[in-house]
Amino acid sequence: MSEPSAEGRFGEFGGRFIPETLFTACQQLEASFREAWADPIFRTDLDDILREYAGRPSILTECRQLGAKLGLRLILKREDLNHTGSHKINNVLGQALLAKRMGKTRLVAETGAGQHGVASATAAALMGLECKVYMGAVDVERQALNVFRMRLLGAEVEAVESGSRTLKDAVNEAMRDWVATVENTHYCLGSVMGPHPYPWMVREFHRVIGNEAREQCRALLGGDPDVVVACVGGGSNAIGIFSGFVDGSARLIGVEPAGGAAVGRGQPGVVHGMRSYLLQDEHGQVEEAHSVSAGLDYPGVGPEHSYLASIGRAEYPSVTDAEVIDAFQLMARTEGIIPALECAHALAWIVRESPALNGCTVLMNLSGRGDKDVGQMMGILSQ
Amino acid sequence: MTHLDLEGSLRAARGAGRKLLVPYLTGGLGDWTRAVEAAAAAGADAVEIGIPFSDPAMDGPVIQESSQRALDAGATPVSILDEASRLDVGVPLVVMCYFNTIHHAGLERFAASLVRSGVSGAIVPDLPLEESGPWAAAADAAGVATVMLASPITPDERLPRICDRARGFVYSVGVLGVTGERASLAATATVLAQRLKGVTDRPVLIGVGVSNAEQAVEASRVADGVVMGASVVRRFMEGGPALVGEFVADVRAALDSVTS
Repeated sequence: MSEPSAEGRFGEFGGRFIPETLFTACQQLEASFREAWADPIFRTDLDDILREYAGRPSILTECRQLGAKLGLRLILKREDLNHTGSHKINNVLGQALLAKRMGKTRLVAETGAGQHGVASATAAALMGLECKVYMGAVDVERQALNVFRMRLLGAEVEAVESGSRTLKDAVNEAMRDWVATVENTHYCLGSVMGPHPYPWMVREFHRVIGNEAREQCRALLGGDPDVVVACVGGGSNAIGIFSGFVDGSARLIGVEPAGGAAVGRGQPGVVHGMRSYLLQDEHGQVEEAHSVSAGLDYPGVGPEHSYLASIGRAEYPSVTDAEVIDAFQLMARTEGIIPALECAHALAWIVRESPALNGCTVLMNLSGRGDKDVGQMMGILSQ
Repeated sequence: MTHLDLEGSLRAARGAGRKLLVPYLTGGLGDWTRAVEAAAAAGADAVEIGIPFSDPAMDGPVIQESSQRALDAGATPVSILDEASRLDVGVPLVVMCYFNTIHHAGLERFAASLVRSGVSGAIVPDLPLEESGPWAAAADAAGVATVMLASPITPDERLPRICDRARGFVYSVGVLGVTGERASLAATATVLAQRLKGVTDRPVLIGVGVSNAEQAVEASRVADGVVMGASVVRRFMEGGPALVGEFVADVRAALDSVTS
């Protein structure tokens, strides 16, 4: 995967559609990231933290029972085993290290399911930064445990009551905070979205997933898998694993929730600083996404995914909540792994497509563990 | 109404020794067009009409609330421009909209719809200089003035380029932060306006965080005038067009006491 253009475009997607105050901040961030990313000391520092603190590299696990049941070879990239329980830690440790290098003393972050918020609060605690997390009021209710975790880690969590009270509104509120505090604050954006340089920078921080997986697949399989599958909300875990395989011939599948299928149902639009596929009504008002999984409840998608879809390199099918709930239970029962509801989207697609995938080798990014979803699933399954 | 020349009107008023006052009202909310009329009658030099967007990331609580209420009442860009087209207030109208509203409608089509509605200019807060090219070309071709914004942290080298691209006036953002009333005028407000005045002859108006007559006067000692949003919208939601008219008249009277 190459760098975006100087204007931050992947094809016709991306860019920097933000107020003048944040434009200047994003230019400074881009320059700082570019310089840090080229600095072997920064890279070594980050690699050390990823290894000694986050627990990288994450392993591959072959799902023998589930694979046999589905008639394919199913391999999981175990991002759920990272510290804080998801891939989000890769990006957050990178951004927190960069924020310190830039002399910032405070992080703001948005969160949907709470995984990025927990990861941000964790990195802030580790590096001695202040941290404020904005979370939609609806999600605060759905993910009470993660709210408590963030507070335990010393972060301030603010429930966002504006708009649809979910992830997109948390992003708006984080941007409102940042525009007022930009001099001492870094906006630790949680996905491959937003204005340039975020989609590129966050991808680079998650590239480690794809780099490891490619090497691990070569050792295990002697080459690339046939299919690489990940769930897509903003799309950070998917971009991370795709980055290891985009130059090869594996099919790349980003699975969206049916109620938030930005690539599948959206049209190009501009929100949160980027031009990308976006769910919107006939007047250009952004629509609310609906998904059983708070982490995918986002009406847009990272611009590089829009680009990969536009050139036909990756496919973006969607699955329903009902399929996801079945897949969540299937993985728990057959493999003894409780996946995050987000990743259950990827599995739901594999299950649905298994007749067509017969005999294929499928690599799925298990981007997070499902502990945070257990309370919600208790409610759903008792109905 | 007739399509007035925004920059020409503002330059003429400034030339006559007048400090410029541009109140903001959220389009589509209740009897907002009566409030536009009241503001114009009370001495506004232009009126800014907000087109509500689902994700107003630059706006604070007051304008968020007014936008949400307008959307809940069914307001759309089309319905607002349709109502605006029936106004005849004798001063230029300028819309404030987020870029997706324009992008979704299509650049040329949106510019044409502004002209048809008698709107003279557009303020697009999430469209910085580097992204403004295609819209600015469409707006120029249609005769719509695209107001550009400068921020307190904009580096010196960008200011002349922003001012060159601006039409109508240059919007000097008064504070690092979103729209909303503040207890006092931020020190950054007049510093930026002074820097802008040093590089452009276009009218320079301070907006965001200019909350009352006293702050408007303070801002206008350096700038050519002010844009006032949340303070006007709050009064509209509390007391309708009459309260807007009273407030604008008070600010007008205070500004008329400023000698430049």
